[in-house]
Amino acid sequence: MKVVVCVKQIPDPADPGALDPETRTLKRDVKLILDESDSYGVEMALQLVDAAGGGEVTLVSMAPNGERSGLSTALAMGAESATLVSDPALVGSDALTTAKILAAAIAGQGADLVIAGSESSDGYTGTVPEQIAAVLDMPSVTAAKAIEVDGSTVKVQRQTDAGYDEVECPMPALVSVTAGVVEPRYPSFKGIMAAKSKPFEEKSIADLGMSADQVGWAGANQEITDVTDAPTREAGDVFEDDGEAHLKIVAFLENLKVI
Amino acid sequence: MGIGRVEYPVGMADYSPPLKDIKFVLNSIAGIGDLVETDAYSHVDVDTVEMVLEEVGRFMAEVIAPTNRDGDTIGAKWNDGEVNMPDSFGPAYGQYVESGFNAVALSPEFGGGGFPVVTGIAIQEMLTSANMGFSLCPLLTQGAIDAFLHHGTDEQKSMYLPKMLTGEWTGTMNLTEPHAGSDVGALTTKAEPVGDGSYKISGTKIFITFGEHDMSQNIIHLVLARTPGSPPGTRGISMFVVPKFMVNEDGSLGDRNDVSCVSIEHKLGIHGSPTCVLSFGEKEGAIGWLVGNENEGMRNMFTMMNNARLSVGLEGLSISERAYQDALQYAQERVQGTAVGAEKGTKSPIIDHADVRRMLMTQRAWIDAMRCLVYANAAHLDRSIASADSDAKTAAKELADLYIPLTKALCTDLGNEMTSLAIQVHGGMGFVEETGVAQHYRDARIAPIYEGTNGIQAADLVGRKLAMRSGGVVIDHLAEIDAVAKEISTLDGFGKFSDNLTQAVDTTRRSTNWLLSNASSPNEVLAGSVPYLRMLATVVCGGLMARLAIAADGSADADHGAAKKASVKFFGEQILPTVNSLEGAVTAGSADLFALTAEQLA
Repeated sequence: MKVVVCVKQIPDPADPGALDPETRTLKRDVKLILDESDSYGVEMALQLVDAAGGGEVTLVSMAPNGERSGLSTALAMGAESATLVSDPALVGSDALTTAKILAAAIAGQGADLVIAGSESSDGYTGTVPEQIAAVLDMPSVTAAKAIEVDGSTVKVQRQTDAGYDEVECPMPALVSVTAGVVEPRYPSFKGIMAAKSKPFEEKSIADLGMSADQVGWAGANQEITDVTDAPTREAGDVFEDDGEAHLKIVAFLENLKVI
Repeated sequence: MGIGRVEYPVGMADYSPPLKDIKFVLNSIAGIGDLVETDAYSHVDVDTVEMVLEEVGRFMAEVIAPTNRDGDTIGAKWNDGEVNMPDSFGPAYGQYVESGFNAVALSPEFGGGGFPVVTGIAIQEMLTSANMGFSLCPLLTQGAIDAFLHHGTDEQKSMYLPKMLTGEWTGTMNLTEPHAGSDVGALTTKAEPVGDGSYKISGTKIFITFGEHDMSQNIIHLVLARTPGSPPGTRGISMFVVPKFMVNEDGSLGDRNDVSCVSIEHKLGIHGSPTCVLSFGEKEGAIGWLVGNENEGMRNMFTMMNNARLSVGLEGLSISERAYQDALQYAQERVQGTAVGAEKGTKSPIIDHADVRRMLMTQRAWIDAMRCLVYANAAHLDRSIASADSDAKTAAKELADLYIPLTKALCTDLGNEMTSLAIQVHGGMGFVEETGVAQHYRDARIAPIYEGTNGIQAADLVGRKLAMRSGGVVIDHLAEIDAVAKEISTLDGFGKFSDNLTQAVDTTRRSTNWLLSNASSPNEVLAGSVPYLRMLATVVCGGLMARLAIAADGSADADHGAAKKASVKFFGEQILPTVNSLEGAVTAGSADLFALTAEQLA
């Protein structure tokens, strides 16, 4: 079984970068690391290939600056190979362009399954996986909390507000996974050393048959028109327990509609 | 204390691996870039080292650091000969073994990565900061690995090393007995030859770190004992391997050996590290085999001493770093009083108060200095193995040997001082166990004691180390530091640093010459040995910190570079001058120490 995992490399959230005041996008000219939300996809893919008794996990990613640290982490976790689409023209690409580029990198790989995170931890558009599926004309299942492959069918437990749906669809298919569904393994020392010699292909947009006017700022149909600071967290309410505090807790939870 | 009803203002900080600082010192002080150009380390490159350290940092912060409080509050528990570790320890140790990070800097022949010693030190720094008690298990295992590598037979190496390198089996060092501590020569444990090449070992050993625990399949004890008719004192000691479970020829585990854990100590700190009393040969006799030649046990033990002392010095750095992180977070979040310059009627975070800044800068600067010292020491060890020409090897070996007592004693003394400052930043809350910072203070306290007390380190310095080339090694190194002092004089804002370093070198040179000229009166020299060690180590740190500032001046990461320069400047202007005040104590001689009789001291 061949599983392609879409991964994004992002600036380290522990060392937050700044927004470019002109484009209102995150500055990405720093070292990039594997988006944690994609580490779940990588882990899920590794487990599925294990369960299938063999196969291969391969990575696709895109970055304007040729950065590969995040992909190295995923290779060290156990993925077999990686394709990085890297081209200076990619700066400013919107979600749909990203999807088209990743789809072009995935096409022809013979994937049985494409796995992606639900949304990146830096951009949060949350639309790329479904757009890739549309471009590749594949069925897509979102918000997977568990995935099982049965012959040529993929069975997914799809997280909902109330619980989960059981969904089945024929493969090849694209499944986006929610964060926290599996425990991503830590790259071992052996894994890190092995990653150095794993196949790593870097492609330009021309290699994918695309041109500079189709991507980046030129090709974007999306624009960030305004950015505002997140509201600061307000101080919570403190209740002295006069023997009736439990009623206030119940009222609070009811107000949140969680009970 | 006026705390009243306790409302904990902030919780304990998580451990955040100081990767930027570590990488910066690796590059600018340890010279990792040159090291990986040597034949010995040609299979290593700097990018890979950095990637390994990043993953190690994440692993230590997320997997090991969360077990630190359990180590302290639950601790190791003795239960009828078994020692049970806190529930969180076993799984964390299992993940540690799986990670392979134990063997990054160990011998490739037995499954290690063969990375430079200084890389292993960087990994150990983060492991020890994450959980000092826990870190002692791999540390003792590494000591035992070194013993086999240097002195074991091929058969012993292939039997024990692969599983010890992964950490699947752990190791112990059994030296101390109830009446043989610093005076190891007084030990009485017996080893009787059986006739088939094996020995029956009998006796009691105390203070055996991780002598019994439930985290690994087997424990490989290295035991110092006397064979029949051996000469008295240290010349009659041999080293034996005594596995907890016998190892069959196919590598599987056999019968339980006759070694049992009689009790564990109740200690001031490192509760997560079981300190065992082990009894050998209570029943049928514990079976052991010689490691190295008969009667050479003590000498062989010394071949491991450098690495072990370096690692214990490192503990002072690691625990200071962890305590500093707690103190810094607390100072940023704790609001109390109105700082000078703050708007009237507002309350300030305590980090805005000058004295809290003084404490934090003192910690910051000493931590940077300690990291320079420890990593430079490790890099000298690397160069003593890997340098291309023999002169460079010899020079590196001399400096590695000179630095060992400095690293061990300075860093572990500072471990006490820095963790104490971290408590002081917390005020009354620091004295309360729940904030967690008190644990670091208690954990740090053992490090000046074990692996040769700091008094013994100072005796080693003024005895064996000062005697190297009749004082030439120290005097030459002081000249090198003098040269760095001149070099930094042109760096903007470091004129005072340069003057202070020059003066501190002068003072140290005078004291060194005094000690050399009194070498024939051991008690005069020993009387001032501890302040001398502090003096020389501080000056060495001054030289290293100067190099750090020079490197930081051109750092690609401007913010980090500026932070390091500020730390170095503080060190040079507020810490380095303390060297001059030690001269009186170094050169006072022993008369005042012995002015009172033992009775009069009462």
